[in-house]
Amino acid sequence: MSNRQPPVLEIDNLRVEYPLANGGLFTAVENASLIIQPGEIHALVGESGAGKTTIGNAVMGLLEKPGRIASGSIHIGGKLLDPTSGSADGVVLGRDVGAVFQDPMTSLNPLFTVESQLTETLRTHLKMDRAASRVRALELMKAVGIPEPERRLKAYPHQLSGGQRQRVVIAAALSCDPTLVVADEPTTALDVSVQAQILKLLRDLADNRRIGILLVTHNMGVVAQIADRVTIMHRGKVVESGPTAEVLRHPKAEYAKALIGAVPRIDMRLDRFPVVGEEAKGRAADAREAIRAKAFRADATIDGSEILSVENLCVDYVTSGLIPGSKGHRFRAVDNVSFKVRSGEVFGLVGESGCGKTTIANVVAGLVKPTSGRVLYQGKPVAGEGGIRRVGPLRQAIQMIFQDPYSSLNSRIRIGSILAEPILFYRLAPSRAEAESDVAQLIEAVGLDADSAGRYAHAFSGGQRQRLSIARALGARPRLIVCDEPTSSLDVSVQAQILNLLKDLRDATGLTLLLISHDLAVVRQMCDRIAVMKSGKLVEEAAAEALFQSPQHPYTQELLSLVPTLDRIRGETEVA
Amino acid sequence: MFKVILSRIGQAALVMLVVSAVSFVMFRYVGDPVASMSRENAPIEEKQALRRSLGLDQSFVVQYGGFLKRTLSGDLGISYRNQRPVTELIAERLPATMELVIVATFLSLALGIPLGVLCALRPSGAAARLVQAVSLIGISTPTFVTGIVLILVFAVTLGWLPSFGRGQVVEIGWWSTGFLTWSGLKSLILPGITLALYQLTLIMRLVRSEMIDVLSTDYIRFAKARGLPMRYIHFRLALRNALMPVITVTGLQIGSLIAFAIVTETVFQWPGMGLLFIQAVSFADIPVMAAYLLFVGLLFVIINTIVDILYAVVDPRLRARSA
Amino acid sequence: MNTLASPNLIMRIGAPISVMLAALLALVIVGCALLAGWLAPYDPTDLSTFELINAEIPPAFTADGDSRFLLGTDNQGRDLLSAMMYGARVSIAIGGGAVLLAASIGVFLGLIAGYFGGRIDALIMRIGDVILSFPTILLALLVSGIARALFPQAGTAEWAPLILICAIAIHEWVQYARTVRAATMVETAKDYVKAVKVIGLPGRRIMLRHILPNVMGPVLVIATINLAAAVLTEATLSFLGVGMPPTYPSLGTLIRIGNEFVFSGIWWIALFPALTLVLLVLAVNVVGDWLRDRFNPKLRVKR
Repeated sequence: MSNRQPPVLEIDNLRVEYPLANGGLFTAVENASLIIQPGEIHALVGESGAGKTTIGNAVMGLLEKPGRIASGSIHIGGKLLDPTSGSADGVVLGRDVGAVFQDPMTSLNPLFTVESQLTETLRTHLKMDRAASRVRALELMKAVGIPEPERRLKAYPHQLSGGQRQRVVIAAALSCDPTLVVADEPTTALDVSVQAQILKLLRDLADNRRIGILLVTHNMGVVAQIADRVTIMHRGKVVESGPTAEVLRHPKAEYAKALIGAVPRIDMRLDRFPVVGEEAKGRAADAREAIRAKAFRADATIDGSEILSVENLCVDYVTSGLIPGSKGHRFRAVDNVSFKVRSGEVFGLVGESGCGKTTIANVVAGLVKPTSGRVLYQGKPVAGEGGIRRVGPLRQAIQMIFQDPYSSLNSRIRIGSILAEPILFYRLAPSRAEAESDVAQLIEAVGLDADSAGRYAHAFSGGQRQRLSIARALGARPRLIVCDEPTSSLDVSVQAQILNLLKDLRDATGLTLLLISHDLAVVRQMCDRIAVMKSGKLVEEAAAEALFQSPQHPYTQELLSLVPTLDRIRGETEVA
Repeated sequence: MFKVILSRIGQAALVMLVVSAVSFVMFRYVGDPVASMSRENAPIEEKQALRRSLGLDQSFVVQYGGFLKRTLSGDLGISYRNQRPVTELIAERLPATMELVIVATFLSLALGIPLGVLCALRPSGAAARLVQAVSLIGISTPTFVTGIVLILVFAVTLGWLPSFGRGQVVEIGWWSTGFLTWSGLKSLILPGITLALYQLTLIMRLVRSEMIDVLSTDYIRFAKARGLPMRYIHFRLALRNALMPVITVTGLQIGSLIAFAIVTETVFQWPGMGLLFIQAVSFADIPVMAAYLLFVGLLFVIINTIVDILYAVVDPRLRARSA
Repeated sequence: MNTLASPNLIMRIGAPISVMLAALLALVIVGCALLAGWLAPYDPTDLSTFELINAEIPPAFTADGDSRFLLGTDNQGRDLLSAMMYGARVSIAIGGGAVLLAASIGVFLGLIAGYFGGRIDALIMRIGDVILSFPTILLALLVSGIARALFPQAGTAEWAPLILICAIAIHEWVQYARTVRAATMVETAKDYVKAVKVIGLPGRRIMLRHILPNVMGPVLVIATINLAAAVLTEATLSFLGVGMPPTYPSLGTLIRIGNEFVFSGIWWIALFPALTLVLLVLAVNVVGDWLRDRFNPKLRVKR
């Protein structure tokens, strides 16, 4: 890059500290440096707690109190940011620096119209009058691709879809022609198809308007798709930095290698996820051996017989009316869905949010009554119109693990008691002491220390909690485990470990898994057969390899083409 | 919008039906109306005749129907104690209470909102701490103690303000107002403050906590990130969000002010409905109690219905959902 | 809520000085009240111990005081300090009783409403709505008014406390029910409850063993704040003359008695009980406020 213009953002040796209540000091960011040129998208990636959001906030002067810039410098457009006031001379937040936050649902004030929220920025910074700012707002709405901009201007945020709201947020960020935009996880709350549109919009803005974008994200696929350069962070420190293709293809730092290796690939299936410090083959064999020795159903055989059959399942949700007796809204969440799961296989159910996949999981697990249709377990009905109550063996055979590791364990009961509950309830151990030793074995089988039994849930990390959640499900000695987005709240490296554990469990015990996920790459790595859902309907069902090699349904094809993945890296594709 | 209004009115009617049923049960079954209304040693025949003439020998439903009909036509029975129509008694006392409540509502809103905002914006400032401390004392002091203290200081010791009654009132039709005379206004001050104090602290604390919540939302963070001036963010954006629940609470508060007026009126010998009611309670004057219940229930339901509708008008989310 | 969940809670309370002082003050007042039978110099409920000759003696520290009566005497010659100690005992017992009754009913109904939802939920909550349509004080007055009309002995020292407890609790339970219902709905939607449902545990066990401990935090906070409110309501009712009789006075009754003499310069009969009442309620409120701020996740937003 020539030096015609100063870089839009230059961070040099930044250190951000948070004084703690106990007098200590927490260093959120240490020695971080990066440069963004006009028209460049610079991705800042890392797992939770890496300090990436803190850098974004520091640039905007919005560090949460009592955080402070302890040393180093931030230059915006060549002007130094004053560390105490959080602003730079002649650089105005909102005019020269725009911001895009993660959740479009909460970024806009629900009580004001889109017009009011767009024009207030214009009127503040550009001193425009009402009419001029309205014209400009309309232009902005068009520029970010919102259909029917005149009508949408008059709308309140709740009348827009998530994607439209995020476009409005971007329009507000762009309103005064900033040179720098800080986008903090701008697509994390969005579905794949909307994410693809928003990413394209950001790329266009960088290319056409020469805006520099600091893109804070945890998603490697997003980085690969639109970033020019990438900086990988870990625990507040910069681990590696460079052009996207170079860093993603040939990471040098140990952590960067591990992080990139842990990202599930959509282009090919691997036996296991590579995990740092794990001797691939040996460790895997050990893990399987340990599970075989300690878990409960080593006798299960994978015979490929039909274990679960969902027949013409429909589920309606009814929102009740305000007046007693009045008819509420009826919403069909699952619409005439049928599929079969064979014993010993991993069956994947994928789709975007609101497609009804979680509802099906809940019906299979007996949490939601179907409106019509039925679910059979080994030919016996477990759920049907009447909402058949499953008892004894049928109920015991199907267990579930959940998405949110933080709410899936009761924080007031010791882990040991939580895990012993299904064992005692189904009288799977002759005495309490036996149950306790079973619990200890379960905990070891999922890769934790047996003394975890005496502790409470808050002592464990998200990944550890998910392991405990799996142990609880195993305690009932099930044949089928419904996994509802089991890793979507976890960091990629932890996700890789949990997915490995699930694979090992399946291999060692012959368990059948029904895996619900929105992440096509995860599904590809895990599943034998896959069903794709859209708006409550099942659009395609196929063996995993077939589905990814030659998707039949247009919706599946679209989804596959939109997923940002590591095998399509910007720069490389452009060159090619 | 129409649906919301309709359902609110439906709910209101339901509540009134329940209230009127309670009121009727009290009226009819608590105490013996015949014993209360006839002479002490009247012969049994006379009592029987009275019982029939009052319709007390008919079935519950018929009697309740009759009660509803009479109530709707404005006949709420006759007070055991003063032997006058209850409707007349209430109409006579209504203006005194309503004026007191209006003054108190005004005071609590006019002071409570700014103080709450102050405490939310500078939570660790000296002023906010002082206001917080005083407000704690405020909610910990029973209304009657506040009243007694105010009387002791301003009426007994300093002699500035009257300690009881409404002062001179002006009759406008059937409404008597104390707003138009100097002594009437002076008489309103102490009871008005007494009644307002507790509500003021409630409003202040509500505004404070709502404002703190709103200030930590993403949309306020986003407004800051757009570089809007702080004054604009605080007073034009955040305050509007924070005041939404205040609408509901103010509605509820007006209802409870009417009830709290019972205490204030007792302390200040204020000739309002509360004083009427408390006298009725100590004399077990059931028709007055039943009528008061019915009347306060009605006021309460009307105010709440208006507030709910107002809320739906102000909040675009509700507006659209019902559209 | 997670904070409350941790077992080493007591170790980490770390309350500010003002809260500690308030807690101490509340303990002293409650202690004096509970031990009134041993601590009080006289028994104010025993008619034989006081004489009219001693009526209206000012406090001992004033010029006309009598060293036998530290805070003076009332219009019947009762030792005011003793009357206040017994009165505080009555006030606290009624307030505490009302809170216990209201919390028990409210937690029970709230748990059922929140867990089962549907019709039973709608029924419980509509009843609550109607009750909340009336301010505490009005409902309490009505209940005691009706009780007086029904049983002539309702105003006696034996019956008045029971009626007062019911009169206060009939309104207050709704608040517990609403809070517990909302918390139960939140907890029921959480994955750990789904997990035990999937295991197949019966509803009663899920409610009592898994949900109840997780919703008790807010209940304890409300109970603290409500104790203050209940004591105030009792005092107000007694002040209005529908609470405790003068023969067995609560703090409110004492203030009522004193109020009649305030204008004639006999200030102490009203002042000391009022001061005790305000201090007690204030202390409980300070503690309750702190508990609420500390354990209300809404007020502790951190990113």
